[in-house]
Amino acid sequence: MEAILTRAGLWFGAMVLAVIAAAYAHDSGFAAQMMIVAVVALAGLWVSVARADVGAIASGILRMPADPSKYDDDPVRWGVLATVFWAIVGMLAGVLIACQLAWPQFNVEPYLNFGRLRPLHTSGVIFAFGGNILIASSFYVVQRTCRARLAFPGLARFVFWGYQLFIVLAASGYLLGITESREYAEPEWYVDIWLTIVWVAYLAVFVGTLVKRAEPHIYVANWFYLSFILTIALLHIVNNLAVPVSFLGSHSYSLFSGVQDALTQWWYGHNAVAFFLTVPFLAMMYYFVPKQAGRPIYSYRLSILHFWSLIFLYIWAGPHHLLYTALPDWAQTLGMVFSIMLWMPSWGGMINGLMTLNGAWDKVRTDPIIRMMVMALAFYGMATFEGPMLSIKSVNSLSHYTDWTIGHVHAGALGWNGMISFAAVYFLVPRLWHRERLYSLRWVNWHFWMATVGIVFYAASMWVSGITQGLMWREYGADGYLVNSFVDTVAALHPMYVLRAFGGTLYLAGAVLMVANVWLTVLGRQRAEKPMHQAEFNPAADRPIAAVPAE
Amino acid sequence: MANKRIDEATGTQTVGHEWDGIEELDTPMPRWWLWTFYITIVFAVGYVIAYPAVPMFHKGTEGVLGWSSRGQLAHEMDEHQAALKPMLAAIGAVPVEKLPDNTALMRAAVTGGRAAFKVNCVQCHGAGAAGSKGYPNLNDDDWLWGGDLKAIEYTITHGARQPGDAQTHQSQMPAFGTGILTSAQIDQVASHVLSLSGKARDNAAGAQLFAQNCAVCHGAAGTGNRTVGAPNLADAIWLYGGTRDDIAAQVTNPRHGAMPAWGGRLDPVTIKMLAAYVHSLGGGEDFVEVAPAAKTDAAP
Repeated sequence: MEAILTRAGLWFGAMVLAVIAAAYAHDSGFAAQMMIVAVVALAGLWVSVARADVGAIASGILRMPADPSKYDDDPVRWGVLATVFWAIVGMLAGVLIACQLAWPQFNVEPYLNFGRLRPLHTSGVIFAFGGNILIASSFYVVQRTCRARLAFPGLARFVFWGYQLFIVLAASGYLLGITESREYAEPEWYVDIWLTIVWVAYLAVFVGTLVKRAEPHIYVANWFYLSFILTIALLHIVNNLAVPVSFLGSHSYSLFSGVQDALTQWWYGHNAVAFFLTVPFLAMMYYFVPKQAGRPIYSYRLSILHFWSLIFLYIWAGPHHLLYTALPDWAQTLGMVFSIMLWMPSWGGMINGLMTLNGAWDKVRTDPIIRMMVMALAFYGMATFEGPMLSIKSVNSLSHYTDWTIGHVHAGALGWNGMISFAAVYFLVPRLWHRERLYSLRWVNWHFWMATVGIVFYAASMWVSGITQGLMWREYGADGYLVNSFVDTVAALHPMYVLRAFGGTLYLAGAVLMVANVWLTVLGRQRAEKPMHQAEFNPAADRPIAAVPAE
Repeated sequence: MANKRIDEATGTQTVGHEWDGIEELDTPMPRWWLWTFYITIVFAVGYVIAYPAVPMFHKGTEGVLGWSSRGQLAHEMDEHQAALKPMLAAIGAVPVEKLPDNTALMRAAVTGGRAAFKVNCVQCHGAGAAGSKGYPNLNDDDWLWGGDLKAIEYTITHGARQPGDAQTHQSQMPAFGTGILTSAQIDQVASHVLSLSGKARDNAAGAQLFAQNCAVCHGAAGTGNRTVGAPNLADAIWLYGGTRDDIAAQVTNPRHGAMPAWGGRLDPVTIKMLAAYVHSLGGGEDFVEVAPAAKTDAAP
């Protein structure tokens, strides 16, 4: 009883503070955000004092099994559901802004114009979809590879719900026009502080579980997860150092100015790609690929060397976003050479993933989940070759500020992050809900093909568009004068923008199919379908590539 | 570790660890991978020696090649300017109205003007210079302030209604809706204005009101007066729209579009080339020398 009173009192206090902040807010955006916080606190208060066990009701609706096993999978289940939900939100926003670029009539002023929806899309897919699968999968993987139950179960639930609040505050803020204007770090100071608190709690849960482990060694996936959590904390805090105009307002000024500010931002921005979209997704790869394939990791030595070289080199590569700018030449050079040295460490992960299939290559034919993983690794390899190439100054002078960058990012995001996340979701759902199998494996195959064809349309159209743009901008006639006006280039790109929107729609459609598949699996249904093509395993035909010693 | 075993499919030994059923093979690193990594490192070291790379106390090292991005820009700009220089100097030496006498020079000026137009003018006048509502079409032969080379050059240099430029084009049509004419009278005037280009029937009341209020600037026949910037109303070309409502709105409370004075922003040769380009679009008029006009070449 006393515990309930304390908890209810805390919720009530939070609600009163939020209402006061809303009442005395300096701008309407801040007031709206504080009202969201107040509503959340009110919901928390209701959950605390309600007679009914809200958690049990929710678990009933979502068919969540009890956890008799030694692992605490409740936050993982919630995380997987959040992942598929935010996937649709983020990708829908992406399709919408792709349409806005092709047909400006899709802009709805002021809340749904391109400028406000674009960060909603990027944060939606990176932090909401990507972040949720990372948190959920890290909780799943760390328990199993440490043979230990999650440390601080209450804190783990706080991490999940606190992270959702971060997403809601960030997303609603963008639509209200609240932004720091820092790419991938748009949320304002109070949302940043909240995320910091949540992130430190996440670190505590993860490290706590590692400390509790009943394994002598820490598995490679956990190295990647840990470096992700630590480095994101560092990047997030340094890049968001800012002075609020008022503690009751949504504006703040960065602590840095001029080119220092730009460099700090791109040190952060590039490492969001590195330590949010590469490192922890490699962690997922290192667990789910060997589990799904039933094969040992290809090379332990490679995993050590590529891990340390990757995290050491990646953190210096940020200045390649600022080639040919006011950034001093020496910093531009360093950004470029570190990016080039990054090529092989990045490919180390791809090799270790693909070669783990040695002895199980037949599954590419029979298992659509493996097929997704292979496609993810292939796109990872392509994107991590393209990245160092684009960082070369002479290539960058053509590609910079063009759609080539957008194509590059999406080859990585749709191909690598998306595909490996879908594979992880398909791996996790039957296991988390104790189902025999997915509702439909053939639907997974459909999802695979829709996503792959969608990416091809997306990436190819943006490559064509980016190179067209770059060449048209720099085109001089024989008489020595520029040939094209800016609007000429825009007109030339229109067909590519239409194709891009089509590719994105196809990708979104695949994700919708995944939502249906996941939900029907949660309900415990199984589609009556023919099994995927099963060929007899022929060990003679499945010869692994012979390893050649490096020494 | 104690649990090392030989993996059957690959024939490779495992490291001996196991997590949740996952083992690791002790495969050596692929040689091509390692060597490519070494090569990128060697390339990086070489690049760092050749180019500015290492931060020192006051500035970074400059690299043995002596390259800098500012230096590269200056070099490319110099090269470009040097290639254009003879032609620019030749254009600069000839008064704009004499350009058509030298066909090659005029052609070069039109080409240069087209490039400058794409950077500076398309935002308002459109990529094809066809303008839009409120922004004059430069392809037709309807000129608010004159369509010969010298007049166009003057308009580009000084703009229209630009504060801070004493020689900018000024014209101010009164707002007839603020107590001068009733709205019924304005409708009659609008009908008369439409009739000037054959788009409405004559009406005596409108014609009389026009003669009393409008003819002083627009002329008795409505053909306009360039010296005061009064548009020709009889040519069915409209800056702010040609419907009866558009015309009535313009009479009631006129809009007064502005154009920047480019004299301070672009060099005189570029302005001269822009004038040549705009003149070449189709509606350019021949320059006719009249009595010594006001000095038009203000130093930018």
